[in-house]
Amino acid sequence: MKSKLAILIVVVVVAAVFVFASAYVVDETEQVVVTQFGKVVGKPKTESGLYFKIPFIQSTNYFPKNLLQWDGDPGQIPTLDKTYIWVDTFARWRIVDPIKFFQTVNNTLSAQGRLDDIIDPAVRNLITENRLIETVRKTNRELDTYEIGLEDIKERPSYTIKIGREKITKKILEQAQPKLSKFGIELVDVKIKRINYVEQVRDSVYGRMIAERKQIAEKFRSEGKGEAQKIRGEKERDLKRISSEAYRTAQEIKGKADAKSTKLYAEAYGLDPDFYSFMKTLEVYSDALDKDSSLVLSTDSEFFKYLKGYSGIR
Amino acid sequence: MNWDWERLKKQQEDKGGGMVPPKMDELVERFKKIKLPGGPLLILLFILILLGSSMFYTIGVDEVGVVQRFGKYVRTSQPGLNFKLPSGIEKVTKVKVRRVYKEEFGFRSLRGDDRRRAYSGGENTNVALMLTGDLNVGLVPWIVQYRIKDPYNFLFKVHDVKRLLIDMSEAAMRLVVGDRSINEVISKREQIAIEARNVLQKELDNAESGINIVTIEMKKTNVPEPVQPSFNEVNQAIQEKEKMIYQAKEDYNKAIPAARGEAERTIKGAEGYALDRVNRAMGDAARFKALYAEYVKAKDVTKRRLYLETLKDLLPKLGDKYIIDSEQKNVLPLLNFGKQKGEK
Repeated sequence: MKSKLAILIVVVVVAAVFVFASAYVVDETEQVVVTQFGKVVGKPKTESGLYFKIPFIQSTNYFPKNLLQWDGDPGQIPTLDKTYIWVDTFARWRIVDPIKFFQTVNNTLSAQGRLDDIIDPAVRNLITENRLIETVRKTNRELDTYEIGLEDIKERPSYTIKIGREKITKKILEQAQPKLSKFGIELVDVKIKRINYVEQVRDSVYGRMIAERKQIAEKFRSEGKGEAQKIRGEKERDLKRISSEAYRTAQEIKGKADAKSTKLYAEAYGLDPDFYSFMKTLEVYSDALDKDSSLVLSTDSEFFKYLKGYSGIR
Repeated sequence: MNWDWERLKKQQEDKGGGMVPPKMDELVERFKKIKLPGGPLLILLFILILLGSSMFYTIGVDEVGVVQRFGKYVRTSQPGLNFKLPSGIEKVTKVKVRRVYKEEFGFRSLRGDDRRRAYSGGENTNVALMLTGDLNVGLVPWIVQYRIKDPYNFLFKVHDVKRLLIDMSEAAMRLVVGDRSINEVISKREQIAIEARNVLQKELDNAESGINIVTIEMKKTNVPEPVQPSFNEVNQAIQEKEKMIYQAKEDYNKAIPAARGEAERTIKGAEGYALDRVNRAMGDAARFKALYAEYVKAKDVTKRRLYLETLKDLLPKLGDKYIIDSEQKNVLPLLNFGKQKGEK
């Protein structure tokens, strides 16, 4: 009884060990190549789920099934117009033929090395073959370089983009892909993550940007001066205009008044000019003569004609 | 996990037995003692509890559970208490689908004194430094906010989703900025954010990353540090320009209204003069006419009267009066004009 139980337990344990050794799970993100003493057996298991193999004889090799990342080594590359730029690329790839992959590169780490060897030169080729602007721009979209107050400054002759970044990366992909299919790798895309001037070029670009700004600043300043002078000029002109207009109006008013008064006087005094001159003369006498005046009168005068005799004979 | 449960179980059993210090050999002894009555039944119970405990799990309100049976995706479970086959057969991965994740580029929102260094030097600056379409260099920091919209794709389709997101964001932003002038980069951030979001979303969809970009938020775009003073100089120059114009306008405004007032005064003065002239003329004329009307009636007598009246008024006012006979011819010696005035 007791030994039977022991045997049963042993059998169960052995069976369990076998089951555990032969069963294996393939995750959603994995695919498996089964090998027997190093030789590939059967089709790769690309579907996830529970599988069985011959324990201890067959072994499983797991490979990722999902999209993998490749990060390029950033490096200096001269462009067609001899500008050195710093280009950092990345690519995405996946294992489409795990058997090939297993036989040629074996693991993802060495695959990264292969990818380096193939993608980097392709990037280099394409960057070198093209002008910098082709790598930077995407389309021929009209750039808005409008600067407030600088409508008249001519911009640099614009360059027409023939290829553009998207096509360049596509070409990199086209160049690299054929060399990678023999490793069972599909290159999904290659992207330029960063692109920058190398330090020396950057400094000179900064210099250019600064000069450009300074020139704009100067323009604003001199515009300011010009505008201010114009306003001062306007001020002087307006001052003269206002004062002269006022003078003119005043003179006109005065002239009219003079004319009117002259007319009135003429009308009135024209009645009897003799009487007017008599009246006016008398008026002037009393205005012009005062106590400081000395008067010498002859007895001949009208006033004194009675002084010598009542008959008034002179 | 299993082991944890085992230990927990043991501890519970210890407590049940009133045992406080868990010494190893005593524990084994006690275990054996307890085991004696129940025997294999207890072991079975123990295993059942173990399996049962891994059969239910809770999903928080902001997440879903992705269930895999032997590695294969079978279902997605919703928030609440859920059941699955025991561990080893089914596995659940919780994914926070409602949480919005944030990734920062070209700066780091650090606290305190680190904030100042955020733009200067190092990796951060390199992320933000970009070539613009007019081959200038701009500094473009931004934030990407994203959500997991498809947990299946998110978990299984891409090896390192976060890495993909970071690299793609940079590539997308550079692609967009590469097609903009430096002016646009500085002034039209909103547009850039929208376009970059579209580009990035498209790429992420192509990669089946299961990520939904909620928004791309642009931080303050600028030119690189060495160039910044000259950009500020332009702003200053604009200010200076305006200042000069305002000063000139000030001068203008100071002078012109005053001059207008002056002009008004001159004109009013002239009007006053005119009124004065005309009124006087009218008065004089009226007076003369009135006088004349009477005068014509008795010309001679009026004339005499006027003459004499005038003299009557005038003569007393005069200083020296000399009356000389008409026969007297040489009068000059009698008069001593200069001296007279001086002495009196």
